[in-house]
Amino acid sequence: MNSSVIVFPGSNCDRDIAGALENLQFRNTMVWHKETVLPKSDLIVIPGGFSYGDYLRSGAIAAKSNILKEVIKVANDGCLVLGICNGFQILTETGLLKGALLKNKNLKFLGKDIYVKAMNTDNKFCNKYKHAQVLKFNIAHNEGNYFTNPDHLKELEDKNLIPFKYCDEKGNINEENNPNGSLNNIAGILNDKKNILGMMPHPERMIDQIISNNDGVNLFASLLN
Amino acid sequence: MKFSIKVTLKKDVLDPQGKVVQQTLQNMGMDKLKSLRQGKYFEVEINENSESKAKSKIDDMCKKLLVNLIIEDFEISKI
Repeated sequence: MNSSVIVFPGSNCDRDIAGALENLQFRNTMVWHKETVLPKSDLIVIPGGFSYGDYLRSGAIAAKSNILKEVIKVANDGCLVLGICNGFQILTETGLLKGALLKNKNLKFLGKDIYVKAMNTDNKFCNKYKHAQVLKFNIAHNEGNYFTNPDHLKELEDKNLIPFKYCDEKGNINEENNPNGSLNNIAGILNDKKNILGMMPHPERMIDQIISNNDGVNLFASLLN
Repeated sequence: MKFSIKVTLKKDVLDPQGKVVQQTLQNMGMDKLKSLRQGKYFEVEINENSESKAKSKIDDMCKKLLVNLIIEDFEISKI
Protein backbone atom coordinates (compact mmCIF):
# COMPACT_ATOMS: atom_id res chain seq x y z
CA MET A 1 0.00 0.00 0.00
CA ASN A 2 1.36 3.46 -0.89
CA SER A 3 1.11 6.22 1.66
CA SER A 4 1.98 9.92 1.67
CA VAL A 5 2.64 12.00 4.76
CA ILE A 6 2.11 15.73 4.22
CA VAL A 7 4.69 17.95 5.94
CA PHE A 8 4.11 21.60 6.90
CA PRO A 9 6.38 24.06 8.66
CA GLY A 10 5.58 23.19 12.25
CA SER A 11 4.58 19.55 11.74
CA ASN A 12 6.23 17.51 14.48
CA CYS A 13 4.64 14.06 14.35
CA ASP A 14 5.49 13.41 10.69
CA ARG A 15 8.50 11.19 11.48
CA ASP A 16 6.56 9.16 14.04
CA ILE A 17 3.74 8.42 11.65
CA ALA A 18 6.18 7.61 8.83
CA GLY A 19 7.92 5.13 11.16
CA ALA A 20 4.59 3.56 12.12
CA LEU A 21 3.61 3.14 8.46
CA GLU A 22 6.99 1.79 7.40
CA ASN A 23 6.95 -0.76 10.23
CA LEU A 24 3.84 -2.18 8.63
CA GLN A 25 5.44 -2.22 5.18
CA PHE A 26 3.61 0.80 3.74
CA ARG A 27 5.67 2.35 0.94
CA ASN A 28 5.70 5.86 2.31
CA THR A 29 6.66 9.21 0.78
CA MET A 30 7.03 12.49 2.66
CA VAL A 31 5.35 15.33 0.72
CA TRP A 32 6.25 18.98 1.38
CA HIS A 33 3.25 21.34 1.51
CA LYS A 34 4.47 23.43 -1.44
CA GLU A 35 4.25 20.47 -3.83
CA THR A 36 1.46 20.65 -6.38
CA VAL A 37 1.43 16.98 -7.34
CA LEU A 38 0.69 14.09 -5.00
CA PRO A 39 2.51 10.79 -5.45
CA LYS A 40 0.09 7.96 -6.24
CA SER A 41 -1.29 7.14 -2.80
CA ASP A 42 -3.77 4.74 -1.27
CA LEU A 43 -3.52 6.61 2.02
CA ILE A 44 -2.72 10.23 2.81
CA VAL A 45 -1.80 11.18 6.35
CA ILE A 46 -1.91 14.73 7.68
CA PRO A 47 0.24 14.52 10.80
CA GLY A 48 0.16 16.24 14.14
CA GLY A 49 2.10 19.35 15.09
CA PHE A 50 1.59 23.07 15.04
CA SER A 51 1.48 23.98 11.36
CA TYR A 52 2.22 27.68 10.89
CA GLY A 53 2.42 28.10 14.65
CA ASP A 54 -1.36 27.71 14.92
CA TYR A 55 -1.67 31.30 13.61
CA LEU A 56 -5.21 32.59 12.94
CA ARG A 57 -6.84 29.28 13.97
CA SER A 58 -5.22 25.84 14.31
CA GLY A 59 -4.98 24.35 10.83
CA ALA A 60 -6.46 27.37 9.02
CA ILE A 61 -3.34 28.35 7.07
CA ALA A 62 -2.28 24.78 6.25
CA ALA A 63 -5.79 24.14 4.87
CA LYS A 64 -5.06 26.68 2.11
CA SER A 65 -1.68 25.23 1.07
CA ASN A 66 -0.89 23.99 -2.46
CA ILE A 67 -0.85 20.33 -1.59
CA LEU A 68 -4.16 20.45 0.28
CA LYS A 69 -5.91 21.38 -2.98
CA GLU A 70 -4.71 18.04 -4.33
CA VAL A 71 -5.60 16.20 -1.12
CA ILE A 72 -9.16 17.59 -1.32
CA LYS A 73 -9.47 16.35 -4.93
CA VAL A 74 -8.33 12.80 -4.24
CA ALA A 75 -10.25 12.64 -0.94
CA ASN A 76 -13.45 13.51 -2.80
CA ASP A 77 -12.61 10.68 -5.23
CA GLY A 78 -12.45 8.22 -2.33
CA CYS A 79 -8.74 8.11 -1.38
CA LEU A 80 -8.22 7.23 2.30
CA VAL A 81 -7.21 10.24 4.38
CA LEU A 82 -6.15 10.17 8.04
CA GLY A 83 -5.71 13.40 9.99
CA ILE A 84 -4.23 13.13 13.45
CA CYS A 85 -4.35 15.99 15.97
CA ASN A 86 -3.33 19.07 13.94
CA GLY A 87 -4.22 16.93 10.91
CA PHE A 88 -7.79 16.66 12.24
CA GLN A 89 -7.89 20.43 12.73
CA ILE A 90 -6.66 20.94 9.15
CA LEU A 91 -9.30 18.55 7.78
CA THR A 92 -12.09 20.49 9.50
CA GLU A 93 -10.67 23.78 8.18
CA THR A 94 -10.73 22.41 4.61
CA GLY A 95 -14.35 21.31 5.06
CA LEU A 96 -13.50 17.67 4.29
CA LEU A 97 -14.73 16.96 7.81
CA LYS A 98 -17.56 18.97 9.32
CA GLY A 99 -17.35 20.80 12.65
CA ALA A 100 -14.49 22.60 14.37
CA LEU A 101 -11.99 22.07 17.15
CA LEU A 102 -12.18 24.69 19.88
CA LYS A 103 -9.85 25.43 22.75
CA ASN A 104 -9.87 22.76 25.44
CA LYS A 105 -12.56 23.39 28.00
CA ASN A 106 -10.05 23.88 30.85
CA LEU A 107 -7.84 26.13 28.65
CA LYS A 108 -4.83 23.91 29.31
CA PHE A 109 -2.59 22.16 26.85
CA LEU A 110 -3.17 18.46 27.47
CA GLY A 111 -0.29 16.04 27.03
CA LYS A 112 -1.16 12.68 28.59
CA ASP A 113 -2.35 9.15 28.03
CA ILE A 114 -6.11 8.73 27.86
CA TYR A 115 -8.55 5.94 27.06
CA VAL A 116 -10.87 5.77 24.09
CA LYS A 117 -13.56 3.26 23.23
CA ALA A 118 -13.83 1.83 19.71
CA MET A 119 -17.47 2.67 19.00
CA ASN A 120 -17.77 1.83 15.32
CA THR A 121 -15.37 -0.64 13.78
CA ASP A 122 -17.14 -1.16 10.47
CA ASN A 123 -14.81 1.08 8.47
CA LYS A 124 -11.42 0.97 6.75
CA PHE A 125 -9.58 2.45 9.74
CA CYS A 126 -10.89 0.36 12.64
CA ASN A 127 -11.85 -3.08 11.32
CA LYS A 128 -9.07 -4.79 13.30
CA TYR A 129 -10.43 -3.48 16.60
CA LYS A 130 -13.18 -5.25 18.50
CA HIS A 131 -16.41 -3.36 19.04
CA ALA A 132 -16.32 -1.53 22.40
CA GLN A 133 -12.61 -2.29 22.83
CA VAL A 134 -10.92 0.15 25.22
CA LEU A 135 -7.65 1.55 23.88
CA LYS A 136 -4.95 3.61 25.54
CA PHE A 137 -3.75 6.43 23.31
CA ASN A 138 -1.86 9.65 23.93
CA ILE A 139 -3.19 13.16 23.44
CA ALA A 140 -1.16 16.36 23.05
CA HIS A 141 -3.28 19.34 22.11
CA ASN A 142 -4.62 22.72 23.08
CA GLU A 143 -7.58 22.76 20.67
CA GLY A 144 -9.25 19.37 20.75
CA ASN A 145 -12.71 20.34 21.91
CA TYR A 146 -14.89 19.03 19.09
CA PHE A 147 -17.88 21.19 18.22
CA THR A 148 -20.55 20.91 15.56
CA ASN A 149 -24.20 21.84 15.06
CA PRO A 150 -26.92 19.66 16.66
CA ASP A 151 -28.12 18.26 13.29
CA HIS A 152 -24.63 17.12 12.31
CA LEU A 153 -24.01 15.69 15.78
CA LYS A 154 -27.16 13.59 15.43
CA GLU A 155 -26.06 12.50 11.97
CA LEU A 156 -22.65 11.44 13.34
CA GLU A 157 -24.34 9.28 15.98
CA ASP A 158 -27.08 7.89 13.71
CA LYS A 159 -24.78 6.99 10.84
CA ASN A 160 -22.05 5.46 13.06
CA LEU A 161 -19.48 8.07 12.06
CA ILE A 162 -17.84 8.30 15.48
CA PRO A 163 -15.14 5.62 15.70
CA PHE A 164 -13.63 6.75 19.03
CA LYS A 165 -15.02 8.33 22.19
CA TYR A 166 -13.07 9.31 25.31
CA CYS A 167 -13.77 6.98 28.22
CA ASP A 168 -12.21 5.64 31.42
CA GLU A 169 -10.11 2.49 31.77
CA LYS A 170 -13.25 0.37 31.94
CA GLY A 171 -14.94 1.99 28.96
CA ASN A 172 -17.38 4.25 30.80
CA ILE A 173 -18.14 7.32 28.72
CA ASN A 174 -18.95 10.33 30.86
CA GLU A 175 -18.05 13.98 31.36
CA GLU A 176 -15.43 13.08 33.97
CA ASN A 177 -13.43 11.24 31.31
CA ASN A 178 -13.84 13.90 28.67
CA PRO A 179 -10.43 15.60 28.70
CA ASN A 180 -11.18 18.58 26.46
CA GLY A 181 -14.93 19.20 26.51
CA SER A 182 -15.72 17.60 23.12
CA LEU A 183 -19.41 17.12 22.37
CA ASN A 184 -20.51 13.56 23.25
CA ASN A 185 -16.88 12.71 24.26
CA ILE A 186 -15.93 12.60 20.56
CA ALA A 187 -12.25 11.78 19.98
CA GLY A 188 -12.53 11.21 16.23
CA ILE A 189 -15.02 11.36 13.36
CA LEU A 190 -15.46 9.97 9.87
CA ASN A 191 -16.97 11.67 6.84
CA ASP A 192 -20.15 10.30 5.29
CA LYS A 193 -18.30 8.03 2.85
CA LYS A 194 -16.06 6.80 5.69
CA ASN A 195 -12.86 7.35 3.69
CA ILE A 196 -11.67 10.26 5.85
CA LEU A 197 -10.87 9.93 9.55
CA GLY A 198 -9.90 12.81 11.82
CA MET A 199 -8.87 12.09 15.40
CA MET A 200 -7.19 14.01 18.21
CA PRO A 201 -5.39 11.07 19.94
CA HIS A 202 -2.10 9.81 18.48
CA PRO A 203 -2.23 6.12 17.46
CA GLU A 204 1.27 6.44 15.96
CA ARG A 205 2.67 6.90 19.48
CA MET A 206 1.28 3.52 20.51
CA ILE A 207 3.03 1.06 18.26
CA ASP A 208 5.76 -0.28 20.50
CA GLN A 209 5.33 -2.18 23.76
CA ILE A 210 8.74 -1.03 24.99
CA ILE A 211 7.99 2.68 25.04
CA SER A 212 4.20 2.65 25.45
CA ASN A 213 1.81 -0.03 24.25
CA ASN A 214 0.75 -1.23 20.84
CA ASP A 215 -2.91 -0.22 20.84
CA GLY A 216 -2.28 1.95 17.78
CA VAL A 217 -0.95 -0.84 15.55
CA ASN A 218 -4.38 -2.14 14.60
CA LEU A 219 -5.42 1.20 13.16
CA PHE A 220 -2.67 0.91 10.56
CA ALA A 221 -3.18 -2.85 10.21
CA SER A 222 -6.89 -2.20 9.54
CA LEU A 223 -5.94 -0.12 6.52
CA LEU A 224 -4.03 -3.07 5.08
CA ASN A 225 -6.89 -5.46 5.75
CA MET B 1 -9.80 52.21 1.76
CA LYS B 2 -9.57 50.83 5.27
CA PHE B 3 -11.93 48.47 7.02
CA SER B 4 -12.17 46.77 10.35
CA ILE B 5 -13.37 43.23 10.81
CA LYS B 6 -14.75 42.11 14.14
CA VAL B 7 -14.86 38.35 14.64
CA THR B 8 -16.84 36.90 17.52
CA LEU B 9 -17.68 33.38 18.59
CA LYS B 10 -21.28 32.44 17.80
CA LYS B 11 -23.67 32.68 20.73
CA ASP B 12 -23.97 28.93 21.30
CA VAL B 13 -20.20 28.32 21.16
CA LEU B 14 -18.51 28.04 24.52
CA ASP B 15 -15.89 30.75 25.11
CA PRO B 16 -13.63 29.43 27.88
CA GLN B 17 -11.13 32.29 27.44
CA GLY B 18 -13.82 34.91 27.83
CA LYS B 19 -15.13 33.08 30.87
CA VAL B 20 -11.74 33.12 32.60
CA VAL B 21 -11.28 36.83 31.85
CA GLN B 22 -14.77 37.50 33.19
CA GLN B 23 -14.11 35.51 36.37
CA THR B 24 -10.81 37.32 36.91
CA LEU B 25 -12.46 40.73 36.56
CA GLN B 26 -15.17 39.63 38.98
CA ASN B 27 -12.53 38.39 41.43
CA MET B 28 -10.88 41.82 41.12
CA GLY B 29 -14.06 43.34 42.48
CA MET B 30 -15.84 44.37 39.26
CA ASP B 31 -19.09 43.03 40.66
CA LYS B 32 -21.35 44.82 38.16
CA LEU B 33 -19.87 42.76 35.30
CA LYS B 34 -22.63 40.67 33.80
CA SER B 35 -20.98 38.82 30.93
CA LEU B 36 -17.90 38.93 28.72
CA ARG B 37 -17.06 37.25 25.39
CA GLN B 38 -13.65 37.43 23.72
CA GLY B 39 -13.20 37.95 19.98
CA LYS B 40 -10.71 38.94 17.26
CA TYR B 41 -10.14 42.17 15.38
CA PHE B 42 -8.53 42.78 11.97
CA GLU B 43 -7.69 46.00 10.14
CA VAL B 44 -7.54 45.62 6.39
CA GLU B 45 -6.44 48.14 3.78
CA ILE B 46 -7.58 47.52 0.23
CA ASN B 47 -6.80 49.06 -3.18
CA GLU B 48 -10.31 49.73 -4.39
CA ASN B 49 -12.20 52.97 -5.04
CA SER B 50 -15.73 51.67 -4.81
CA GLU B 51 -16.82 51.00 -1.25
CA SER B 52 -19.29 48.29 -2.22
CA LYS B 53 -16.68 46.44 -4.30
CA ALA B 54 -14.16 46.75 -1.47
CA LYS B 55 -16.68 45.42 1.02
CA SER B 56 -17.54 42.44 -1.12
CA LYS B 57 -13.81 41.63 -1.47
CA ILE B 58 -13.41 41.76 2.29
CA ASP B 59 -16.51 39.66 2.73
CA ASP B 60 -14.84 37.07 0.48
CA MET B 61 -11.62 37.21 2.56
CA CYS B 62 -13.65 36.60 5.70
CA LYS B 63 -15.55 33.67 4.28
CA LYS B 64 -12.52 32.04 2.68
CA LEU B 65 -9.94 32.42 5.44
CA LEU B 66 -10.33 34.94 8.23
CA VAL B 67 -13.49 33.50 9.75
CA ASN B 68 -14.58 29.94 10.49
CA LEU B 69 -18.30 30.25 9.82
CA ILE B 70 -19.08 27.11 11.80
CA ILE B 71 -18.08 28.76 15.05
CA GLU B 72 -17.65 32.48 14.33
CA ASP B 73 -19.64 35.53 13.18
CA PHE B 74 -18.12 38.67 11.65
CA GLU B 75 -18.90 42.32 11.12
CA ILE B 76 -17.19 44.61 8.58
CA SER B 77 -17.03 48.40 9.10
CA LYS B 78 -15.34 51.19 7.18
CA ILE B 79 -12.77 53.13 9.19
